[in-house]
Amino acid sequence: MAAGSMFNESLRHPLSGPRGIWSFLHIDPVLMLLLLALIAGGLVVLYSGADQNMAVVKAQGVRMGVALVVMLVFAQLDPSVFRRWAPWLFAAGIAGLAAVLLVGVGAKGAQRWLAIPGLPRFQPSELMKLVVPMMAAWYLSRHYLPPRLRHVAVALLIALVPMAMIILQPDLGTSLLVGAAGIFVVFFAGISWRLIGAFFAMVSVAAPLMWFFVMRDYQKQRVLTLLDPQSDPLGAGWNIIQSKTAIGSGGMDGKGWLQGTQSHLEFLPESHTDFIVAVLAEEFGFVGMLTLLVLYMLIILRCLYIAATAQDSFSRLLAGALTMTFFIYVFVNVGMVSGLLPVVGVPLPLVSYGGTSSVTLMAAFGVLMSIQTHRRMISA
Amino acid sequence: MPWGEFKDTAAERRLFQRRTVVMLLLVFVLLSLLIARMYQLQVVEHDIYTTLSDKNRVQVQSVAPPRGLVYDRNDVLLAENRPVFSVTLVPERVGDMEQTLAKLQGMLSISEEDMERFHRRLLEPRRPFQELPLRYDLNEQEIARLAVHRHELPGVEVSAELVRYYPHSELTAHALGYVGRINRQELQRIDPVNYAGTNYIGKSGVERFYEQLLHGRVGYQHVETNARGRTLRVLERENPVPGEDIRLHMDLRLQQLAHELLDGRRGAIIAIEPSTGGILALASVPGFDANLFVTGIGVEAYRELSKSVDKPLFNRALRGQYPPGSTLKPMLAVAALDSGAVTRDKTIWDPGYFRLTPGGRPWRDWKRGGHGWVDLTAAVAESCDIYFYEAAVAMGVDTMHQYLSEFGFGEDATLDVAGALSGLLPSRDWKRAVHSEPWYPGDSVNLGIGQGYMLATPLQLATATSVLANRGNWSEPRLLKDIKGDRSIDDVLPTGNHQSIELENSEDWEYVVEAMAEVMHGSKGTARGAAKGAPYRMAGKTGTAQVFSLAEDEEYDEEEIRERLRDHALFVGFAPVDDPQIAVSVIVENGGSGSGTAAPVARAMFDAWLLGFPEEGEALVVGSSEGASH
Repeated sequence: MAAGSMFNESLRHPLSGPRGIWSFLHIDPVLMLLLLALIAGGLVVLYSGADQNMAVVKAQGVRMGVALVVMLVFAQLDPSVFRRWAPWLFAAGIAGLAAVLLVGVGAKGAQRWLAIPGLPRFQPSELMKLVVPMMAAWYLSRHYLPPRLRHVAVALLIALVPMAMIILQPDLGTSLLVGAAGIFVVFFAGISWRLIGAFFAMVSVAAPLMWFFVMRDYQKQRVLTLLDPQSDPLGAGWNIIQSKTAIGSGGMDGKGWLQGTQSHLEFLPESHTDFIVAVLAEEFGFVGMLTLLVLYMLIILRCLYIAATAQDSFSRLLAGALTMTFFIYVFVNVGMVSGLLPVVGVPLPLVSYGGTSSVTLMAAFGVLMSIQTHRRMISA
Repeated sequence: MPWGEFKDTAAERRLFQRRTVVMLLLVFVLLSLLIARMYQLQVVEHDIYTTLSDKNRVQVQSVAPPRGLVYDRNDVLLAENRPVFSVTLVPERVGDMEQTLAKLQGMLSISEEDMERFHRRLLEPRRPFQELPLRYDLNEQEIARLAVHRHELPGVEVSAELVRYYPHSELTAHALGYVGRINRQELQRIDPVNYAGTNYIGKSGVERFYEQLLHGRVGYQHVETNARGRTLRVLERENPVPGEDIRLHMDLRLQQLAHELLDGRRGAIIAIEPSTGGILALASVPGFDANLFVTGIGVEAYRELSKSVDKPLFNRALRGQYPPGSTLKPMLAVAALDSGAVTRDKTIWDPGYFRLTPGGRPWRDWKRGGHGWVDLTAAVAESCDIYFYEAAVAMGVDTMHQYLSEFGFGEDATLDVAGALSGLLPSRDWKRAVHSEPWYPGDSVNLGIGQGYMLATPLQLATATSVLANRGNWSEPRLLKDIKGDRSIDDVLPTGNHQSIELENSEDWEYVVEAMAEVMHGSKGTARGAAKGAPYRMAGKTGTAQVFSLAEDEEYDEEEIRERLRDHALFVGFAPVDDPQIAVSVIVENGGSGSGTAAPVARAMFDAWLLGFPEEGEALVVGSSEGASH
């Protein structure tokens, strides 16, 4: 795999243009290129997944444009801005979540939206994907690292409180990502392995409790369906059976673009949203899948490099956590569509049709670019 | 505390980088897991999923064949197919079922029954994405209303199918039968392949008997469908073989005349063409609208039909079993002559009563004081009971049973009339088996005038009359005349197995036929009034059948009781005498006398068939007769 050499090359030789220009624009060219490749490829697959509905592709294109602008805006800000704003953003986010639970606008029995007059509707839970790691990083970086037990406890609380509030909406997918973001911060901060062991022990105790007291029936159903999709071939298992069929029938090199029968014949539900990977796998085969995963791998490598070379603890923790959250997206979505994980509503980052998650993700990449391009040059 | 101060930043960085490496390893491992999974699905198990995917993509759909049409002998359409629109729901696609149903109820009239049936079907196991019918036969307005609100009714479809329609239903319901939705018992019986996609099956009459012929053969199309089962593209198609169009012997004009003749009364008329056995008319009055039964009749409407004292659903022509009374006398006359029980010149004195033994119980003649001296011709023409009492006793039950069964009594002698009953032709063995009693001479006496145990349907009487008209040659009654396609009628019409009746002296046929002509044209003939002024000679026999009891659970008023206790009027006959074109049997329930009520009806049928159908507004019945009642 060429990823290793890529890692080193990108370190010394940015792909194009004099470094000065990129620094001035606060764009990391390597990351930018990879993201654009991903977005472009995503639109091509989406065109097929949306049944060649150009309107869908155009709408997604516009959203991606907006998301890119958001990314650039975030990239212009100095990382210290995020650090200073973290507590306030966090407080606002918690308030927003509370408001959603009290007066939220619902869709399909889940309340996620907050309609404030004069502002576009937005999901506070989406915002928390960024704010939680900022807050946790802000808190932990104020103390010596590795963190002490009580700092770990507080940091985990920072992650778990919004997570719990989001579960109540209920939105399993988002709460998972928000919680993960916070936990990654704690991990990067250097929490001791013993504590990690204890944490896993705790989870293994909490899981059954969750099952009996917290999880909704439909969530349990998803887990059960995952274990045996054949048990409910028309309901919850339908999606999985169909997406596996789509992926499997793609074979090594796929049926060809726009030739996927599973998605075009409407066997596959949500073929342009959460299950778009199945369309790609069906039409571009194993080769296409591999290309996509390698592309994601390269993005993650680049981002982890940015994190590792960041100049202060806050930036490092935040960059690391955002990167790993992005990876979780990929892993959960592809795992879900291929029947490895239960169905939780997680989109394929930057490919699935849908605006909110794309904007959040690009904002996160903006933060990473900001961290990368605002480094004070000390020594080469 | 100020940022970065007093912190071992280098140590922190090293710690962070160690952790990053751990994470990088985690990412590698998990991504490898995903890649392995994809490899498993896409390479190792590729064949499995390819098969699944093809199965998904291409579905074999059955294409129901259009049902064959039914015409009368003059190519008047009796049964056709018309598109009917119904509203169906795909539960998987309906978001909120209750709300959707409520909305639909606001747009269409949906009866309680429809709702109940729908909910019942909802609970039954079914194919995924199968459409469940909610209401059939939408009218134009309802279709339009649904079209307008279509966007707010996901999972609701309006589907069209060809459904049987009987343009002359009231006239033909009993003769033609009807189709209905396939029920559970029928599902067990039918070939599931050939009926895939078919919703209707013949329930009675011609529709039932010729089901296979009319149904045709199912076709297939391989279609690309989506998960909703919606067809996107037809890949290949094997067209269904439509059902055969058939022609019946029936003449709708004659059928209509029969209905008009009995209008407002209850009864049956069967007309048969003796030479072919073709049933020209088969009327049971009152009729009903068979179209109601096609898509399923409402409980209320059905109750009304089935509870009606006029019994419109009861097919009197094939299933009404009446004592044939004096209409049996011509056949008994043949039997008596051929068996030697009587001779042509045997005359008897009829004092008005008959005793088996001196001083025994008397059997009365219908005519008080009797007919005086009568020979066989007079006995038939004037319907003298006493002559036949004696002849019956002389023949005995075995001989009578033998001859009467040769005329088709006691069995369903038709080739293709579904549901015809066989009446009751009593015999020694039957009485022993059913009543555990021996056959008494008195039973023979009763049988001699078609009373007692004997029961016959109007169709059987018409059949026997037709055999008589043919001078003993059998031509079993049949509805089917020919098939419009290239299939031969011999493939589908059962072959008759009746032996022609061979008499010792074939002249006896003419003798009995002349006696029957005497009924119509003789100076003392019981039906002479009905034959007045006819330009052709006809043969016939009047009769009455006693009504024994009224159904207990029915309420009648005084007037009605008197009316419903009156005898049934019967008549059998054929015309012209020397070249029979048409044989009929008529029964008018509670009509009183055969001569006064039933014979004029037969005359009208003869006239229409032989001289041409009456013009609109012309009187149907030629002068009814006076006097005689048998």
